[in-house]
Amino acid sequence: MNELVTRSAAQIARDVNGKRVSAREITAAVLQRVDETDDRLGCYLSRLNELALDCAQRADRRIAAGETLPLAGVPIAIKDNMCLRGTRTTAGSKILENWIAPYTATAVQLILDAGGIPIGKANLDEFAMGSSCENSALGVTRNPYDLSRVPGGSSGGPAAAVASFQAAIGLGSDTGGSIREPGAFCNVVGFKPTYGRVSRYGLIAFASSLDQIGPLTRTVEDAALAYDVMAGHDPSDSTSINRAVEPAANALREDLKGLRIGVVKEFATAKLGPEIDALYKRAYRELADLGADVVDISLPTADYGLATYYLIAPAECSSNLARFDGVRYGLRVEGDDVGQMYERTRAAGFGPEVKRRILIGTYALSSGYYDAYYVKAQKARTMFAQDFRRAFEHCDLIAAPAASSPAFEFNAKSDPYSMYMMDYYTIPMSLAGLPALSVPCGYAGTPQLPMGLQLAAPLFEEAKLLGAAHAYERATEYASKAALAV
Amino acid sequence: MTVKTKYEAVIGIECHVELKTRSKMFCGCANEFGGEPNTKVCPVCLALPGALPVANKEAIEHMIRAGLAFGATIPAFSKFDRKNYFYPDMPKDYQISQYDMPLTLGGSVGYWLEDGTLKECRLTRIHLEEDTGKSMHAGGGDGRIAGSAYSLIDFNRAGVPLMECVSEPDLTSAQEAVGYLEALKRTFVQLGVSDVKMEEGSLRCDANVSIRPAGSMKLGTKAEIKNMNSFRSVLRAIESEITRQIDVLESGGRVVQETRGWDEAQGVTHSMRSKEEAHDYRYFPDPDLVPMEIDPALVERLKATIPALPHDRFVRYHREYGLDPKQATQLVDNLPLAEYFDACVSASGNAQLSTNFVLGDLSRLANETGTPVYASPVTSASLAELIGLVEAKAITSKTAKELLERMWAGEGSPKAIVEKEGLAQTSDAGEIERFVAEVLAANEKAAADYKAGKTNILGFLIGQVMKASRGKANPALAEELLRKKLE
Ligand SMILES: [Zn+2]
Repeated sequence: MNELVTRSAAQIARDVNGKRVSAREITAAVLQRVDETDDRLGCYLSRLNELALDCAQRADRRIAAGETLPLAGVPIAIKDNMCLRGTRTTAGSKILENWIAPYTATAVQLILDAGGIPIGKANLDEFAMGSSCENSALGVTRNPYDLSRVPGGSSGGPAAAVASFQAAIGLGSDTGGSIREPGAFCNVVGFKPTYGRVSRYGLIAFASSLDQIGPLTRTVEDAALAYDVMAGHDPSDSTSINRAVEPAANALREDLKGLRIGVVKEFATAKLGPEIDALYKRAYRELADLGADVVDISLPTADYGLATYYLIAPAECSSNLARFDGVRYGLRVEGDDVGQMYERTRAAGFGPEVKRRILIGTYALSSGYYDAYYVKAQKARTMFAQDFRRAFEHCDLIAAPAASSPAFEFNAKSDPYSMYMMDYYTIPMSLAGLPALSVPCGYAGTPQLPMGLQLAAPLFEEAKLLGAAHAYERATEYASKAALAV
Repeated sequence: MTVKTKYEAVIGIECHVELKTRSKMFCGCANEFGGEPNTKVCPVCLALPGALPVANKEAIEHMIRAGLAFGATIPAFSKFDRKNYFYPDMPKDYQISQYDMPLTLGGSVGYWLEDGTLKECRLTRIHLEEDTGKSMHAGGGDGRIAGSAYSLIDFNRAGVPLMECVSEPDLTSAQEAVGYLEALKRTFVQLGVSDVKMEEGSLRCDANVSIRPAGSMKLGTKAEIKNMNSFRSVLRAIESEITRQIDVLESGGRVVQETRGWDEAQGVTHSMRSKEEAHDYRYFPDPDLVPMEIDPALVERLKATIPALPHDRFVRYHREYGLDPKQATQLVDNLPLAEYFDACVSASGNAQLSTNFVLGDLSRLANETGTPVYASPVTSASLAELIGLVEAKAITSKTAKELLERMWAGEGSPKAIVEKEGLAQTSDAGEIERFVAEVLAANEKAAADYKAGKTNILGFLIGQVMKASRGKANPALAEELLRKKLE
């Protein structure tokens, strides 16, 4: 493997800005790495070789002209639910299989303007609905640590691409855990900022009130770097937060002294089996060893997270996905009249999980059921936020599992409910809009596969969150303790 | 008691009015009528994957001003909701609208009927939403979807801001419904919130019509009438529907709750769908748009921008100045002329003469020359000066007409012209007597006829005196002197 592809994003940016290596050299090396490994891994749905080389050339020219670019030459894997002008943007769905985006998402544009190099559009569960990438209608992505296993989801493509050195930064989106869980499965850092921190403009919506773009990276420093580029108010997204962003790159630290970290009583890991229980107990000890004051906290509503999420997210998705109707773009299957055209198009274009959620959501919003389901779920959501506010009176950060198991084998979760359970620990933070990340914390199972520790912070405290995760990562270095299968 | 008077109608109106804004409701595309199809579109109003709406501040301010004009309450909080249903003209397959927290609540619309009767209709609410695109069915079928080979959609109008005004069922006849709609239209135009061009589809309305035995308090079953494209069709459609419902009840039937379309050519309504087929729109708050907090200071600031409203003007002109309803309406509907008129009334203190000049000679001159009265050289101040001269009997009304033409031609203020030309009315009996003698000498036959009993010739002789005096003679005095000479 070419050493160039293993460099972190921060290292690449430093080297390219320092003219020790060109963006073109980095890009060529990464494209070659993709050529060598992606047949087996299936990270990308579309390769952007030509665009990547163009962008690299432009970055090199800008640096030659004296500019400094925060992401100079950094190879980026873009989850294929983000628009990039002139590229196929599929959301992993047959209904958009051949759709070329005519505009670029704000977050993607910020990454490109900062000198990032788009390597390809990465695989995902269809419309970001899933926890294994198996719901993609357009391709299979394999876990780089064990090709018989899933990479997690829905941001499985970018997670696997970053883990396998096919990119240094993956742009993912997280609705209920879709960045954090694949981060854990692929032994990388997966970071979901506060809801509204990064613009959603150009991100194909799954559940508007929960969707949030964030980075998948091999180091916490790289997550901070990508976050600093993407975070900020966007007038094109009414839900984006108009509030100053504290640069996270300056907040990285080496210890956890003076921090109180809460462990959620209701998230007792004993039910995950002795090996995983011991692994998380070790992780909490490691936090204490770094100087943190580890305290017990309570989230009384935690157990209702899944039920609440599976009303709100499908309700929003049932409406968000109505526009895929065959009229203006995407797949169209003709019918005798417009109604039949809708039915045939959507029947052929959407996969089973997407259909299931559209049905659940349509039902939850129906007259007569709305109050019992949607309104009640919104009330529960308010209670989650209150629970977290109370909990954060006793701690600065919360520590929890990022997923309840390591990566599983393909087709292992055949019933939807057991798949939904994968997000048990990540959903509460999503419902409260909190910034949260997963950071590698060891290995479990046979064979030994990566596990992730989830850390969450109060709203807008991304800098504190990344700072602490950096200390943990530096002290433990779990990510480097396993060999890739490719 | 006739069949017609046995029943009374109960009518409520829902009407959609396109707001006049620079850009569309949720994107930056121009809000302009017409243009090549699909040239005023962007990712947002085409509902491309990933596009997000941003609410138009100007539209929200228009809504608040419209509400304030009708005395509505402006709640401190408001929000947008999604109304979900599949429709090819509607790009997102949901419409962003307002369900339970509209921007304005309550208020009432004052209106008048042709005979000047003043009426009032309460408003339930006005809420803000977005328009759809427009389908054209091609390849046979004469523009109808049945029989056409394919359809084309123009999304230029998709996302144009619309306000939906919902009235209480306070209207009792088709005439009242039209009076109400005219009042809405006048008010929106004067507020500058809409052009209200029905021919461009910028005002569209539906009517809920039911009937009940006269004097009953219980509401009958209503039908919702759609497809009314002009005030005239509103009038005809509601009248026809009232007659239809009376016929149904009189023949022992019962009115069913349904949506009925107005057929302009046939002059009847026909059933479109019954209540059982009604949509479940699955309204829920739009998660792409944050709830609106309406700043009371903004409401106060907008309140200060609301001009004198058409209804208040009408009441003043009709009730206070005694203008007939037609004249009053004519003025109310021409805001710059009404403002000119008001300025003249306040400068001259004479509403009657102001009306006569403004709606009479000046409007005639305006028609003849194509220059609006308020843009002519006759300023409201100089017209008031002229009125002053007439009131003081300093000039005759004939001279006043002549003066007005010369003022219109730019010859200056009436007083200046009068002084320059000695046009002031004279009441000098000696001077007038000389004109009388002159006229009688020149018109011996007329004088003889008068003496023979044909007294209606007197008007002719007075006219001759006025002519001889170049209009300066006081006509009353001229008449008196003529009679004296002839008798
Ligand atoms: Zn637009």
